[in-house]
Amino acid sequence: MSWLPQFSPLTVVLIPFIGALLIGLAAASPRVGHVISYITSFLFLIGVWGLAGPALSGEVGTQTVWEILPGMAIAFSIEPLGLLFMLLSSTLWILATPYAIGYMTNGGYSNLPMFFACYAIALGAAAGVAFADNLLTMFVFYEILSVSTYPLVAHDGSQKAKRGARTYLALLLVTSIGLWMPAMIWVWAATGTMDFTPGGVLAGQVSPAAGAVLLVLFMFGTGKAALMPFHRWLPSAMVAPTPVSALLHAVAVVKAGVFVVLKLSLYIFGLDYLRELATTEFVLYVATFTMLVASLVAMHQDNLKARLAYSTVSQLAYIVVGAMLASQLSAIGGGMHMLMHGFGKITLFFCAGAIYIATHKTQVSELDGLGRRMPFTMGAFFIGALCVIGLPPTGGVWSKWHLVSGAFDSGHAVVLAAYLLSTLLNIAYLLPPALRAFLKAPPADQEAGLREAPWLMVVPLCLTALGTLVLFFVAQNGFELMARIFDGGLG
Amino acid sequence: MNMTLIDLLPFIVLTPLIASGIVALLPGRTLPFVVTMLACLASAVIAAFVLPAAIAGPPLAYPFGNWPPPFGIEYRVDAANAFVALLVAGMSAVTLLWAPKSVAVEIHGRHGTFYALFLLAVAGLLGITLTGDTFNLFVFLEISSLASYALIAYGKDRRALLAAFRYLIMGTVGATFLLIGIAFLYMTTGTLNMADLAERLPELRDNNAVRAALAFIIVGMGLKLALLPLHLWLPNAYAYAPNFVTAFLAGTATKVALYVMARFIFTVFDADYSFVVVPLAAVLMVLAVAGMFAGSWVAMFQIHMKRMLAYSSVAQVGYMVLGVALATATGLTAAFLHLFNHALIKTALFMAVGCIMYRTGSAKLHDLRGLGRQMPWSFTAFALAGLSIIGIPTTAGFISKWYLVLASIEVGAWWLVVLILITSLMAVYYIWRVIETAWFEERPAGAVQVREAPLALLIPTWFVVALNFYFGLDTRLTVGASMAAAEALLTGWGGLP
Repeated sequence: MSWLPQFSPLTVVLIPFIGALLIGLAAASPRVGHVISYITSFLFLIGVWGLAGPALSGEVGTQTVWEILPGMAIAFSIEPLGLLFMLLSSTLWILATPYAIGYMTNGGYSNLPMFFACYAIALGAAAGVAFADNLLTMFVFYEILSVSTYPLVAHDGSQKAKRGARTYLALLLVTSIGLWMPAMIWVWAATGTMDFTPGGVLAGQVSPAAGAVLLVLFMFGTGKAALMPFHRWLPSAMVAPTPVSALLHAVAVVKAGVFVVLKLSLYIFGLDYLRELATTEFVLYVATFTMLVASLVAMHQDNLKARLAYSTVSQLAYIVVGAMLASQLSAIGGGMHMLMHGFGKITLFFCAGAIYIATHKTQVSELDGLGRRMPFTMGAFFIGALCVIGLPPTGGVWSKWHLVSGAFDSGHAVVLAAYLLSTLLNIAYLLPPALRAFLKAPPADQEAGLREAPWLMVVPLCLTALGTLVLFFVAQNGFELMARIFDGGLG
Repeated sequence: MNMTLIDLLPFIVLTPLIASGIVALLPGRTLPFVVTMLACLASAVIAAFVLPAAIAGPPLAYPFGNWPPPFGIEYRVDAANAFVALLVAGMSAVTLLWAPKSVAVEIHGRHGTFYALFLLAVAGLLGITLTGDTFNLFVFLEISSLASYALIAYGKDRRALLAAFRYLIMGTVGATFLLIGIAFLYMTTGTLNMADLAERLPELRDNNAVRAALAFIIVGMGLKLALLPLHLWLPNAYAYAPNFVTAFLAGTATKVALYVMARFIFTVFDADYSFVVVPLAAVLMVLAVAGMFAGSWVAMFQIHMKRMLAYSSVAQVGYMVLGVALATATGLTAAFLHLFNHALIKTALFMAVGCIMYRTGSAKLHDLRGLGRQMPWSFTAFALAGLSIIGIPTTAGFISKWYLVLASIEVGAWWLVVLILITSLMAVYYIWRVIETAWFEERPAGAVQVREAPLALLIPTWFVVALNFYFGLDTRLTVGASMAAAEALLTGWGGLP
């Protein structure tokens, strides 16, 4: 991508923040705000993809923005995992922008400038997390991400939205300040560094007993990865308008969570050290438990968005399990699942929002025969579901393939069985909505003929569904990018 | 005439002291304010020049009237008191920016007397900070205390009178304890000069009068510092004083008391005596932790915002005393850092509350329902300063908590780290309550429309909020000076020149 303009990592992180500021300043005219949203997401896309070229050839070093105390700085650098996360987020953002504009204007929402400004800030914060060169930088942007998405969750202003938003913020802040921050300080006190280093910084510096405690603090402190019992914020966040659920609570926020888990496993603990720790197994089984229980809960949700939310909790646990297996293959699988699940889940949420705008239906049991009215939406839903389940011809099959192989390699039979069982459960709760829509007869009062949601919404969801199909064929590139983590990083 | 820095040194105190006499006579409102501002600025500028010299070299000594110590009064300035003096003079100038609008609605008639009292309080606090003579310290303590009682009594609410009276009783008890302690020291050593005392006291380690002196001084300063359980005067005094006075006192008065306590513990008595011979560290640590918890806990349930912030101050004093009680270089650095940073944090918070009160006349939480949209700038300032008191990275509050946690880890006190984090989470709660009430509750039907606070209040408030972020990112001044202060306290003055 060398023909794209090259910005520094800081510039890329700042693009959405500046966009948010401009949207805020242009608050008087929502139309101008929409144009700025388009431009910002476009510039961000160019910035991230422009970084990919030089990053792959190793030309982007560490960019220290400001040193707060000696050895403690706000600094950015690019490594494969963060690059992958941002390639995903920037691509989906540009698709989510028209969708969000279509949804918010047709859904009769007010206070749009605030919405789009916070939306942009959340993306900028996610970029900060992805490109962070040390724990402190990561923590700062992680908190910005929590706080900036709070107004989005509470956006419609109802009592229910406020309650949901409160649970959301309380859980994310308390876990990060109460668990993550002490762990960060501990790492600093024990090793004298907070920088992410390939292979980890703890081995030889921190006793395995202390490392075991650190692991628990970090993994449960990363509330955004939604390990039980700190998963409640994610279903609560579903009161948000659907574009928020789609881009933020299926991609930017939750992927930031599992990204942090993977990044800490690879660059703070190191996989070899991770295998020695007493609590790795414990976290592994908590994640496995989360994976299965969330799937079971999802089966009983009639509300479509709630079902998708629990499905997300379960899929995030796949990735945490991948990290805790501490084998290279499963870590790579985890990174790829971030990408595949991102495309699949955003498609599903886009569809849920399109259904709501077109028909005001929110329950799975109301979808009977809807496929005849909204063939594109429900077709995309079907493809998205295939991707999340992990069936060909979608990209999801490859990430699950590597995760399962990783479990097999490391000899965790229980985890292997859990992966397979959970996949069966996925089929049981993700396919019925599509099957109902296409196979069941519509209710008697449904008018015949095509009545899709506005094209601003339908086109993006078709594109993301198409994306999952394309990923089936280009998954190898993702694998190779991730594999670079283990042979000397980028360059 | 060629004046050196040493010659200018006493003018840090003398400028406000002399100006106060002039201001008392000035008519109207603008003129007293301008003169007060100039005096505080002059003090701050001299203090800013003194600090680098004090950090770089040996303590600066200025004998009054050329009477050599220990016979005359001597000002003796090292990094520790130069830093505190800069803080006090600087904060008084910064809070003054905010004063004209705020004082105008709260105090009727001419303002000459009010500003004169303010300058007396400033001069008193600076005198306490710079002096190297224990009795002189007591005199300045009385000057600043009497001035602050009067300033608090200016509050519009009639309960301000009772609060001022209560503070007067408690403050006088505290000052008397200090005086008794000083008298014991004078009785046993025959000297009042701190450096001289530091030389003579090691021989008197087993003297019970010396022990009693330390106890009296610690309790006396504990009262002025509002260290739990001696904090009872503080919540009402802060809550009912005029907003400007609250903002000023919150940033300066308790900080100076903490400095005096540290000065006596480390320089006059030396750490070995205070912490090894007398088990002061354990006592201070228990009280500090109790203060951190009780203060935060009570703050969580206050319905009056100024009282809430006042209880939060009790908790923050706990952090500072904890740093002193750890008695290590890092611990003292943390104490001085928090002394400085907390001044910025609390002043910003009280200013933001003052902005809100300027329009609404109330600081009760339920009167603020739904006000966030009507006064967005005031509440955003409050929220940002709130981040600093919680200790989120990139704010000043983070830096001091960071050092405090490092100091705790250094001595292997992991349980302290846990306690600091729990109290930080409690701070999240009490700050959050305000934000939620202002932004996420409906404005009650029939409530009057309120305009945003005037720029004359908002600009200084945001200036202090910005300082919170500035000192959260650029730590060269604060960390550098705090480390030098800690070192100065731990090495001592090495006797008389």
